[in-house]
Amino acid sequence: MPKDGGIGASTLRREDIRFLTGKGRYTADINLRGQAFACFLRSDVAHGRIRSIDTSAAEAMPGVLAVMTGADFTEVGGNPTGWLVQSRDGATMKEPKRPVLAHGKVRHVGDAYALVVAETYAQAKDACEAIVAEIEELPAIVDMAAAVADTTNRVHDECADNVVFDWGWIEENRAAVEAAFDAAPHVTTLELVNNRLSPNAMEPRASIGDFDSGTGDYKLYTTSQNPHLTRLLISAFVMGIPENKLTVIAPDVGGGFGSKIYHYGEEAAVLAASKRLDRPVKWVCDRSEAFLSDAHGRDHVTKIQLATDTEGNFLALRTETLANMGAYLSNFATCTPTFLHGTLMAGPYKTPHVYVNVKAVMTNTVPVDAYRGAGRPEATYSLERVIDKAADELGIDKWEIRRRNFINPDQFPYQTPVGLVYDTGNYHATMDKLRELSDIAGFEARAAESAAKGKLRGFGLSTWIEACGIAPSNLVGVLGCRVGLFDAATIRVNATGNISVLVGAHSHGQGHETVFAQLISEKLGVPAASVEIVHGDTSKIPFGMGTYGSRSLAVCGSAMMKAADKIIDKGKKIAAHMLEAAEGDIEFNDGSFSVAGTDKQKSFAEIAFSAYVPHNYPLETLEPGLEETAFYDPANFTYPAGAYGCEVEVDPETGAVDIVRFTCADDFGNVINPMIVAGQVHGGVAQGIGQALLEGVVYNEDGQLLTGSYMDYAMPRADDLPNIDVDHSCVTPCTHNPLGAKGCGEAGAIGTPPAVVNAVIDALRRGGHGQVTHIDMPLTPSRVWHAIHG
Amino acid sequence: MKVTMTVNGKAMSAETEGRTLLSSFLREGLGLTGTHVGCDTTQCGACTVHVDGQPVKSCTVLAQDVAGKTVTTIEGMANPDGSLSVIQQAFQDNHGLQCGFCTPGMVMASAALLAENPHPTEDEVRHHLKGNICRCTGYHNIVKAVMSASGATSQKLAAE
Repeated sequence: MPKDGGIGASTLRREDIRFLTGKGRYTADINLRGQAFACFLRSDVAHGRIRSIDTSAAEAMPGVLAVMTGADFTEVGGNPTGWLVQSRDGATMKEPKRPVLAHGKVRHVGDAYALVVAETYAQAKDACEAIVAEIEELPAIVDMAAAVADTTNRVHDECADNVVFDWGWIEENRAAVEAAFDAAPHVTTLELVNNRLSPNAMEPRASIGDFDSGTGDYKLYTTSQNPHLTRLLISAFVMGIPENKLTVIAPDVGGGFGSKIYHYGEEAAVLAASKRLDRPVKWVCDRSEAFLSDAHGRDHVTKIQLATDTEGNFLALRTETLANMGAYLSNFATCTPTFLHGTLMAGPYKTPHVYVNVKAVMTNTVPVDAYRGAGRPEATYSLERVIDKAADELGIDKWEIRRRNFINPDQFPYQTPVGLVYDTGNYHATMDKLRELSDIAGFEARAAESAAKGKLRGFGLSTWIEACGIAPSNLVGVLGCRVGLFDAATIRVNATGNISVLVGAHSHGQGHETVFAQLISEKLGVPAASVEIVHGDTSKIPFGMGTYGSRSLAVCGSAMMKAADKIIDKGKKIAAHMLEAAEGDIEFNDGSFSVAGTDKQKSFAEIAFSAYVPHNYPLETLEPGLEETAFYDPANFTYPAGAYGCEVEVDPETGAVDIVRFTCADDFGNVINPMIVAGQVHGGVAQGIGQALLEGVVYNEDGQLLTGSYMDYAMPRADDLPNIDVDHSCVTPCTHNPLGAKGCGEAGAIGTPPAVVNAVIDALRRGGHGQVTHIDMPLTPSRVWHAIHG
Repeated sequence: MKVTMTVNGKAMSAETEGRTLLSSFLREGLGLTGTHVGCDTTQCGACTVHVDGQPVKSCTVLAQDVAGKTVTTIEGMANPDGSLSVIQQAFQDNHGLQCGFCTPGMVMASAALLAENPHPTEDEVRHHLKGNICRCTGYHNIVKAVMSASGATSQKLAAE
């Protein structure tokens, strides 16, 4: 049994109290004295040249304080891409400029090109409508294949063929892959679309800029998953404000899923407007604006081929992908389809030869960036779909073909052909666990019951692996990343023994305030209730890189462990002084410092108090205070993995798909709070089912967004989803971080879509519709019905 | 024009324009920021409050139309001693919330369901909550929370 409040306990979340009583403090809830309100004017055409903008009528409107356009931001820098990718020919990718407000051209519907600040939001919104802009409409570039084919129409002049890079991974593998395909007895080919999604954190983005003309200090309250990264981008690239004059505060944040990693132009704009007016300027995004301006996710078009022998042994794999970047390169857009996608294309399998080709394409659509899973769902979907197709073609059982090709538990550490070294895993174990939990023995009886009702039942399997715990800075630096991806923690033991832990990770639903307190409680032997977790304010926390890529526990948690070790070391020094013993003789156990082999001891609280009341300290050798900071940079990615099973009933009359059972067997390494881990999996699975059955961003040929509200974009609702059975009892602890933790946040979004689609294809095959070998997501009733009925 | 209504048991007033929504009246007029706005098409339900005991999406009601009525928001849901009410406690006990943004609306919608139907089936819970979108939980633990609270009488669900 885990200790109450320690590692392994399903401790209830402390943050729930404020959220359940209306006391949460989200950015939109913050009101500063004297604040004015901003509204952005956004393009209603997908592609156009701005000929003129007349703001005079707007400036004369009631309450209007300022009108700004792209011309007001030509002196500041642009929003950079965080990752420079090299093309196959060795050329560095193109990096088209991304201004704070569109200038010269608008490049997607929703591209902001003016800003009104007024006394009230309504006045600002009214005045936006009085701005007269002459925009010469250009043909919209929407379809990726057309964007690549037509070199006369460009989203950015500096990107001649609309291709940002043409990436081969790994280029040296290419010849061996081609040779393996040429010699292979069987090749399975699948062309598929990984549908574009809108992340839709329930809290819309919001930002408040607050310039203090007395000190020259800027403060930005904003909906961010990583306030230090936002500060760095604004300071170093966009506005040139020194970091020590800019504080970024991300208070309670209502979900992110990737979309709040990035710096957006609105953040810089409200800071600039605040300086101009010497008043705080607040902006809160409408949901309609969010659909038009929050970075979208996925949007790949892929051809994948798997070469096998007649026994289903994988011989080689190759893929060709067009990845949509949208109209501008969002901060991490370029690494998502490359280093978070191509490097995972080996999956949990020992395929000897793998080659991945990705072309990144600019279009007149909302920028695309990392969304929960980021590249790894795309890799897993392609791989798990082509494996099912190969199994059908070869007449091999779906479980067996995977089992035959899994990396064996005794093969770790395992060097894949696409650059990663998996430290540990047991893919057989999670798949066996899934099989046990899925009642496969009872499937035929359930299928017969379905058939009696005129329904087709099917079972879909997917196995998944991801690289998370992002990321080893030395490795990502070699690959073109412009930032480090360590994290940091400061442990401040206060005089009366309570503890403040200041962390670089940011919690926006993950429950860090509870889980991190569990870690410190266990490590330092203090009650969890005496530990407070502080996050989200760059003026308080050390420079850490925030929360995304299932990194918080594996990276920031490890930084906390490192800092706690320093606290213990310092405590031993203090105890040695107080107990008049040699430092080497002091032991620390369960919150108590003692002299080995004696009953002499000092409690943690006594040591803390002494640290701040150092009346007789030997100051040459012992400093007062008990506060330590550690930065932790991981040695490798972590590699959680698992197996997902989806059972569906398809109504062949309507094409409707009902998920009747969904089961997850995951290996997350060591788990700190099982309740929270299960919740993370539930949420990821829900987003995966959303992608598979419901969600999809749709543009028409003019680049108009047709799915711009919850009336048109199908979010999963309570009655769309099943209960989700979750198991994480298979554990192979991560070998290179002190917690043995791997990360769980993205698992559901990665493993789920192929399980659902495989289940539907299985149902159709069993129901006599074996001609249907693939349906692109989302599997709406219309798409399924048309697939069945030709 | 000045609008007065009973909010969480107290008479409250604020200046409004004709176009002021109940959600804005509560958030900006009265400073009750527990009621959240997650969309602009009456779809997400984060802004759900009770008006005269009925669940209402406050982003779609004009404040002036609620003048003189009785409104309960998430800030009025705890027990008089400040402890969590049964439905709030059930959400914590069952990990029925993550980021907390949809939570006020979920709690208000769930309380309204249980007031009308104290022992709903799971299907009834899922059907009732389809007007409230959560992006974090997959609804699994929200449904569990409502089911676990469903033994309670409506008086215990909230101190209204």
